[in-house]
Amino acid sequence: MPVLLDVRNLTVEFETLEGTVHAVNGISYSIDEGGTLGIVGESGCGKSVNVLSVMRLIPQPPGKIAAGEVLYRGRDLLKLSEEEMEAVRGKEIAMVFQDPMTAFNPVLTIGRQITEGLRVHLGMDKAQANQRAVELLEMVGIPNAAQRLKDYPHQFSGGMRQRAMIAMALSCAPSLLIADEPTTALDVTIQAQIIDLAKELRDRLGMAIIWITHDLGVIAGMVERVIVMYSGFIVERAVVDDIYEHPLHPYTLALLRSIPRVDRSGGEKLATIAGMPPDLLRLPPGCPFAPRCAYVMERCLQENPSLEVVAEEHEIACWVDVRTGRAR
Amino acid sequence: MNEDRVLVRLEGLTKYFPITQGIVIQRQVGAVHAVDGVSFDIHRGETLGLVGESGCGKTTVGRTIIQLYRPTAGRVLFDGVDLCALKGEALRRMRQRMQMIFQDPYASLDPRMTIFRIIGEPLRVHKLASGKEQVERVQELLRLVRLNPRFINRQPHEFSGGQRQRIGIARALASNPDFIICDEPIAALDVSIQAQVVNLLEELQDQLGLTYLFIAHDLSMVRHICDRVAVMYLGKVVELAEKNALYDHPLHPYTQALLSAVPVPDPKVERQRRRIILQGDVPSPVNPPSGCRFRTRCPKAQSRCAEEEPAWRDAGDNHFVACHFI
Repeated sequence: MPVLLDVRNLTVEFETLEGTVHAVNGISYSIDEGGTLGIVGESGCGKSVNVLSVMRLIPQPPGKIAAGEVLYRGRDLLKLSEEEMEAVRGKEIAMVFQDPMTAFNPVLTIGRQITEGLRVHLGMDKAQANQRAVELLEMVGIPNAAQRLKDYPHQFSGGMRQRAMIAMALSCAPSLLIADEPTTALDVTIQAQIIDLAKELRDRLGMAIIWITHDLGVIAGMVERVIVMYSGFIVERAVVDDIYEHPLHPYTLALLRSIPRVDRSGGEKLATIAGMPPDLLRLPPGCPFAPRCAYVMERCLQENPSLEVVAEEHEIACWVDVRTGRAR
Repeated sequence: MNEDRVLVRLEGLTKYFPITQGIVIQRQVGAVHAVDGVSFDIHRGETLGLVGESGCGKTTVGRTIIQLYRPTAGRVLFDGVDLCALKGEALRRMRQRMQMIFQDPYASLDPRMTIFRIIGEPLRVHKLASGKEQVERVQELLRLVRLNPRFINRQPHEFSGGQRQRIGIARALASNPDFIICDEPIAALDVSIQAQVVNLLEELQDQLGLTYLFIAHDLSMVRHICDRVAVMYLGKVVELAEKNALYDHPLHPYTQALLSAVPVPDPKVERQRRRIILQGDVPSPVNPPSGCRFRTRCPKAQSRCAEEEPAWRDAGDNHFVACHFI
């Protein structure tokens, strides 16, 4: 499959009164046409800033894309004019956000908001756009779709709002859907409905999906590849089975050990990760995870390792081999 | 059942919130049936998990136990004393023995107070310590939750989410309680911090012999920390059992669907799992469905479920469930 999105050396900073926040620090990744990629990390790891930069939705200032390229089908999105970018957003790349209540405009009907993209990007007239909006709402499983188009966002439940937002994102048949923690605000049974829906749409429409989450469980069954982020760096990248079965970065390893599983009785103590993520205003000179790492060595505090291939389709940014506990 | 084992007993606990209309003369036009006839026991020294989705009434159960809400009907027996019959000084004395830890460590600590004033407040309210003794007690509590006692004069904004939750725990421990209600204590924390707080809660339980009611929606963490688990749906408890019995052999169709929906961090398992996808949303608690409240979404529902409310009964080995088909 040809490469759809190729992000190279993306660096994003925020100027604040206290100094420069280094939110994303030179990350590179790509996704193929029809591919699925999970991006995992905790709050402040840069996972959202990364995709918001791809969509050029970072307010500038205070934000600044300090370096990098975002090649979408070979075209650098960072070099497009705002007008050209408008034609990409929604039509080529669509986004679903975490909180469906704030992502919708509360004073416009759901129908008006879904049809907006159809009319702007596809030039449909009102009747055509309404017809298509009904089809979209039915596709995401909202009953009485024609009636519900006239409803306002507050008349929808949380799960239905998220479905409506997915319908809106899919309205112009984008080639890439970016989902930023789309199920975090939802209950598990509704989360299961949304994940099922995403899988079905991926298979049926063949669009590529980037799914951002802090929950390692959510993406296990739905993506092909996973990127683990920490402090604005990619620390591990591999195909999904390798990430869960043979994690090679100490952070991924510790993260997987610290979460209990619903299908196991457990009983033993949870492994913890001591301390907290570093202050993005003052990144340490060495590896950002070093102060919390169980495998830390002298070198880790001096030099920040770059992402290197350590096995087939498996890259980590670490000086240590976690299997031996010694330097690689 | 040995009565001495029971620390907290709920008998038909019911809490309705009135819905009123009118500005000057308020008429009651309906009620939110937040909790409806909930009965269960919490044993001394155990951790009882209370799970369910948003709006199922689990937080209301916690707040009604501690009498932050007065129940519409039913009783809460704490060590044999009916809390609903107490008020004023008598209730305050009982409250010393039960405390609460809240979900949001940012909202539950007063930003203008120092750590000393926050943790010392229960000591002052209950007149447990003053002066130098109070300072020493607060420092001791900080050490207990693995925080540096020198932080005593700092303010909440100087702490991270995980540290704030520790401060909340220290405050809850100040009055030497027997019983702590943990209302989603880790939901607002990052994954790597959650394990730290859960381990601390477990250590404190062993050290101080605490009894916990652990209210949460993270079913994986509940399985880890709890001894028994109760599942709520729309104001009712539908199933209650020892945790492994509940997770490995859930009986109620809602529990089965709920557990099947929890993702597992293992791609091989995930690809093979069969989820029970529930249709639609939870009905409104203003007009809950007749009979069994789960019937509108239940894959096994029949006409009987609409007519008759299923009885709460023991299906064997203290595995309680409310469903006609078990």
